[in-house]
Amino acid sequence: MPHMSDIQKVIEIEVLRYNPETDKAPSSQVFEVPFTDDMSVLQGVQYIKDYLDGSLSFRWSCRMAICGSCGMMINGVPHLSCETFLRDYYPARVRVEALNHFPIERDLVINMEGFINKLESIQPYIIPKEPRTLAQGEYLQTPEQLNLYEQFSSCINCMLCYAACPQFGLNPDFIGPAATALLHRYNVDSRDGGKEERMDLVRSEEGVFHCTAVGYCSEVCPKHVDPANAVNQNKTNAAVDYFLRFVSPKGGAK
Amino acid sequence: METYKADVVIIGGGGAGLRAAIAVAELDPSLRIALVSKVYPMRSHTVAAEGGSAGVKLPTDKLDYHFNDTVAGGDWLCEQDVVEYFVAQCPVELTQMEHWGCPWSRTPDGHVNVRAFGGMKIERTWFAADKTGFHMLHTLFQTSIKYPSIKRFDEHFCVDLVVADGRVQGAVTIEIASGELTLIEARAAVIATGGAGRVFRENTNGGVVTGDGMALAYRHGVPLRDMEFVQYHPTCMPGTGLLFTEACRGEGGFLVNKDGYRYLQDYGLGPAEPTPRNKAMELGPRDRLSQAFWYEQQKGRTIDGPHGSVVHLDLRHLGEAKLRERLPQIYELAEQFLGVDPALAPIPVRPAVHYTMGGIMVDGLCASPLPGLYAAGECSSVGIHGANRLGSNSLSELCVFGKRAGEEAANFAKSVPPGHSAELLKQAQAVEQRVLGMVKKTGGNERIATLRKEMAQTMEDGCGIYRLADTMQKTCDKLDELKQRFKNVHIEDKSSVWNTEWLLAIELEYQLDVAQAMAYSALNRRESRGAHQRLDGFEARDDVNFLKHSQAHYVADGAPRIDYGPVKITKSQPGTRAYGAAGEKAEQERNASHV
Repeated sequence: MPHMSDIQKVIEIEVLRYNPETDKAPSSQVFEVPFTDDMSVLQGVQYIKDYLDGSLSFRWSCRMAICGSCGMMINGVPHLSCETFLRDYYPARVRVEALNHFPIERDLVINMEGFINKLESIQPYIIPKEPRTLAQGEYLQTPEQLNLYEQFSSCINCMLCYAACPQFGLNPDFIGPAATALLHRYNVDSRDGGKEERMDLVRSEEGVFHCTAVGYCSEVCPKHVDPANAVNQNKTNAAVDYFLRFVSPKGGAK
Repeated sequence: METYKADVVIIGGGGAGLRAAIAVAELDPSLRIALVSKVYPMRSHTVAAEGGSAGVKLPTDKLDYHFNDTVAGGDWLCEQDVVEYFVAQCPVELTQMEHWGCPWSRTPDGHVNVRAFGGMKIERTWFAADKTGFHMLHTLFQTSIKYPSIKRFDEHFCVDLVVADGRVQGAVTIEIASGELTLIEARAAVIATGGAGRVFRENTNGGVVTGDGMALAYRHGVPLRDMEFVQYHPTCMPGTGLLFTEACRGEGGFLVNKDGYRYLQDYGLGPAEPTPRNKAMELGPRDRLSQAFWYEQQKGRTIDGPHGSVVHLDLRHLGEAKLRERLPQIYELAEQFLGVDPALAPIPVRPAVHYTMGGIMVDGLCASPLPGLYAAGECSSVGIHGANRLGSNSLSELCVFGKRAGEEAANFAKSVPPGHSAELLKQAQAVEQRVLGMVKKTGGNERIATLRKEMAQTMEDGCGIYRLADTMQKTCDKLDELKQRFKNVHIEDKSSVWNTEWLLAIELEYQLDVAQAMAYSALNRRESRGAHQRLDGFEARDDVNFLKHSQAHYVADGAPRIDYGPVKITKSQPGTRAYGAAGEKAEQERNASHV
């Protein structure tokens, strides 16, 4: 429990509320929340639900920035609310809203079906280059080979990068940063041979050419995945493939 | 009410549930699988496991060593035939994970690397930096997308099982986004809903870890086994309980008290050496380390902090480069949540509830006594953890027994005819009336958060690291009171869309049942074993009376009925559990006597 001496501080949390069953449009509501310096924005929002208004809805689980549930716009910037601290906003009011660019289902909960569909569409699994039985044991993969994709495998699907991406805001069909990073993760895995199948999507209408290299996606990424890097590597790949397919029967993809 | 016809319904989309779904799909692609999860699968709490997953790997290691470590680590309350199967399957399943793309950390020549872990004689913990659970979960989730027969019900909350003709025939779920209920008909069910650590105040668990599946099975007459054994992890963040993986110590970290003294040497774990020795000091088992903290606290040798007493996890001597490579997540957690740079300063830590050793009673085939019902993972008690789980055995368990539960459930489903839809729907409609009634009800005056807080506090008070009859009795009484007060619970939110207050109320009801099973099982075990330690005249292990599994049976509107079942001993007779130099001496003596 927080010490009594610490609990004197009270911060105003302004929450964007929306209930589709009763509201025509979202509107703001301000709550006064007592807090200690080690409390996250998520803990502030939990306090509201527990003691001030039980109807406030939001997603959360792990509290340690790995499950990817609790992304919100905090003072207009996409953050994981569990690793963003109230002390950094006090004494000013902090504003909490659903992630940008997604339909709001209720309060801070966005509809993530579109994102899941994208993730499923990129064949996010190993398509073995050389099939191997379990009896044959592990594939060898050097730390250098691991290093080529490890960063892109660290995406927690929190969708902050989509909330940051201006192109996704304009065109919700754009495959977007996280899904491209995941696609790239499998393409450059030494065990995988599925790049050719995946590159069709990269080159398609929804593919990477929509990206205008703003780079804000990588800036907000809480896990240093650097999706902008993946997108731009794939732009080069897609462009190379585009020209190679005139000269190579396999479309140039390796 | 909508009906969906499946062959196998899997409740829980974490590591075990996903592995089960893939197993069903691979065994028979014609079987329709419904995978129900109250969160999107990659949010499941498997995601938070850090240190690694156990499986014999090195040429110097043997399956027998893994067996012995696990059985002794569990203080001989393990099903030894099941452990034997488990240790043999671990390397196979972890290799399967490798083939599916899990980014295991590697040795320079490209083999999967292994690290030391508590209570393990040889390095056998496969790891992906310090995000092993995250990578295993995402690998399983992404791989599951390959199989068209897996129909996911993401963000669907299971409120009951449907049992007819003496066997499980389906499940009833709430679609969280709409509040609408669905009957999922199935000829077999797998519960894979994870543990129940959130019934305690300070814990490492995510908000979803509320024992749902345990309560579902329990209410249908399936015993919860060995529920008194709750693991305190020794190195957690004060206040929030967030986890600093055992791998911190596997990589060579020290635990020191306020004098900078490596106090574990005072508790039969020494000698203290500068580099880690397996099964000694910081690489002792979790129950012993958490108990040592408790004694240090009694002796006034801990450090006072804003969230209670702490000791220091000192990683400074490992250096920034190694910490960034091997423990990157720990590094960031310490920096962001505590403002501590672990390369420059020690991390304050204290024990917190981490893992539910007990669970839904199942046999080695993951089958519960209720026909058609299977369970795997932390929600289950398949018998490998005994009275104290060894770190890194549970991620392997998800794979080994997730697969087995899936295959067994698939075979069962094929062996029985589909149910009578009209009868199943009638049952489901009764469930619907009951759960919708919770929202419609007016006049309640108990706040969910208040009840939850009181439950978590009383569990900590009565069922903590050390236990006494009178405080356990108080906890039992308090839980009885809370169950009564729950009948008066007030749900402010009356809407259908994303009514999470409603779900919290249902979860709390699950938690109260599971907490009761824990507290009464603890009160009735009049001995000390593994994670269940008493200070009221029952300080010793009592193999004569208590080398047996507790079984808590649900009693509607009353205290659970506790009885006991036998423990399967095959090749390891109960012996003295010793670690450090004492453990090595005991092992030498055992080996000598076998010659």
